[in-house]
Amino acid sequence: MTRYITKALADIRSNRFLNLITIVTISLSILVVSLFLLFFENANRLIEGWNQGGRAMIYLEPAFSQEMLPDLKARIQGLGEVEEMRFIPKSRALEKLKDEMGSHTGFFDTLQHNPLPHALEIRMKTRGDYAQVAAFAKKITALEMVESVEYGQGWLAKFLQIFTLFRITGYAMCGLFLLIALFITANTVRLAFYSRRLEIEIMRLVGATEGFIKTPFYVEGLLQGFFGGILGLLILMAAFLTISSGISGNLGAYVYLDIRFLSIKAMGLIILASTFLGWFGCYLSLRQMLQ
Amino acid sequence: MNNDETIHMNLYSSKNSIIRLFNVTKRYGAKLALNNVSVDIQPGEFIFISGPSGAGKSTLLRVLYLAEKVSEGQILINGMNLARISASKLPLLRRRFGMVFQDFKLIPGRTVFENVALVLEVAGEKPSYIRKKVMHVLRTTGMDKKANALPPTLSGGEQQRVAVARAVVGDPDIILADEPTGSLDHASAMLVLDFLMAYHKKGATILVASHNLHLLESMVRGRNIVLEQGELVKTSTML
Ligand SMILES: Nc1ncnc2c1ncn2[C@@H]1O[C@H](COP(=O)(O)OP(=O)(O)OP(=O)(O)O)[C@@H](O)[C@H]1O
Ligand SMILES: [Mg+2]
Repeated sequence: MTRYITKALADIRSNRFLNLITIVTISLSILVVSLFLLFFENANRLIEGWNQGGRAMIYLEPAFSQEMLPDLKARIQGLGEVEEMRFIPKSRALEKLKDEMGSHTGFFDTLQHNPLPHALEIRMKTRGDYAQVAAFAKKITALEMVESVEYGQGWLAKFLQIFTLFRITGYAMCGLFLLIALFITANTVRLAFYSRRLEIEIMRLVGATEGFIKTPFYVEGLLQGFFGGILGLLILMAAFLTISSGISGNLGAYVYLDIRFLSIKAMGLIILASTFLGWFGCYLSLRQMLQ
Repeated sequence: MNNDETIHMNLYSSKNSIIRLFNVTKRYGAKLALNNVSVDIQPGEFIFISGPSGAGKSTLLRVLYLAEKVSEGQILINGMNLARISASKLPLLRRRFGMVFQDFKLIPGRTVFENVALVLEVAGEKPSYIRKKVMHVLRTTGMDKKANALPPTLSGGEQQRVAVARAVVGDPDIILADEPTGSLDHASAMLVLDFLMAYHKKGATILVASHNLHLLESMVRGRNIVLEQGELVKTSTML
């Protein structure tokens, strides 16, 4: 195997220009793909943190009295998906509201009775998936004594719409760029193959198996994909560090932005994918030519 | 000899033949490069294939290691029918042959050493063994000093000697040499021939195609097959 790698490295060096173009093309595609991944990872983290982590308020009907609480709790628990539940009686809610508004407001003292409903604060097990949360909220709303459920649906729905649009665009762009990279890789292999036609013919004549002939091409494809992936990530990382240090310098004082670079897992996945891409381009090309 | 005995003799000899051609015809379009050729070659024979240019000498060698398929007829190598050899078994068949090609077929971008070593690499030999063996063969062909040269920088005669070195390096049982002395002066040609004779003495079956009749005269022992326009016109044994 080391012999194959040494040979493939020598071949890459001897075909420097062509290989450089291939590696750069792969790295640019990987750059686009990982840029989207970077965006999605950050956006996902943002969504996961929405509503303080899957928190929702269940407002109860005025007819609700505290004796019904154990029964209601049991029914909500019966729906599953609830991690934590806390009853907030309307008196506590009012006190809290008073605190927040400040004691100098005399408004609350004029109230004849407490207009606030009793509420249950829950934390759900599902957090990121908006559709699932919405479905769950609907189930709770259908329960007796439940007036409404508030889980930040307004702004979240809008954000998710934009996010979905982005996601679709992202997938399309990633697919397009990966296809381009695949095409270029396959083409490089084809050119390398043609430039070594005589060599391959001779190898066959002296008894080389197809495996022996193909292996160097595969090793070359794998290495190209691997280096292309690393280069793409390095470019992204350099851009990320430059831009994010600029942002936190200017904006950091006003908003808290928790933007992070790709996780180790995502980076590993990207390099794995680009290595596979190099291999797959090679496979397609050789399969077509050796038929 | 009655008929029964003849049939018996044929069966017997076919069992021992290392190469057997039955009515082999090879067509290129309308052109008959080989026309109904039947030959039976025993292990250890030295066969000399002669005939004018275009007679089909190279074609005869090419169909033996399946560089080309025959149009009609059958070829048996050690009783194995070439028509039935699967693509995966073909490399194994070819490793039994050592070939000297008329146009040498050396890889221009690889050194003399690498060209010769290729035969052993494809057979999966160890690098240390390859190094020793290749240098030994290059020494005996007088090409060891050029081991690191690229073929295009060599003279025709030098390239031919590399081609011969590559043909024998794997110790094949059958050596097919197409004009192995074509680019050599008489003295070098004799050296190459002696070299092939040495492998012959070790038991290899050797087929040499050439129109150089001087070589014929210097042959110690062997069989001469004469082709003309694809037809086998004469077989003679030289003692
Ligand atoms: N690939 C091919 N396509 C078409 N015709 C061919 C091909 N190869 C050989 N021939 C023809 O078959 C005939 C026999 O060719 P071959 O090369 O076997 O001759 P040869 O005896 O080796 O000649 P020489 O002594 O010149 O090498 C020739 O007429 C040649 O033109
Ligand atoms: Mg010829």
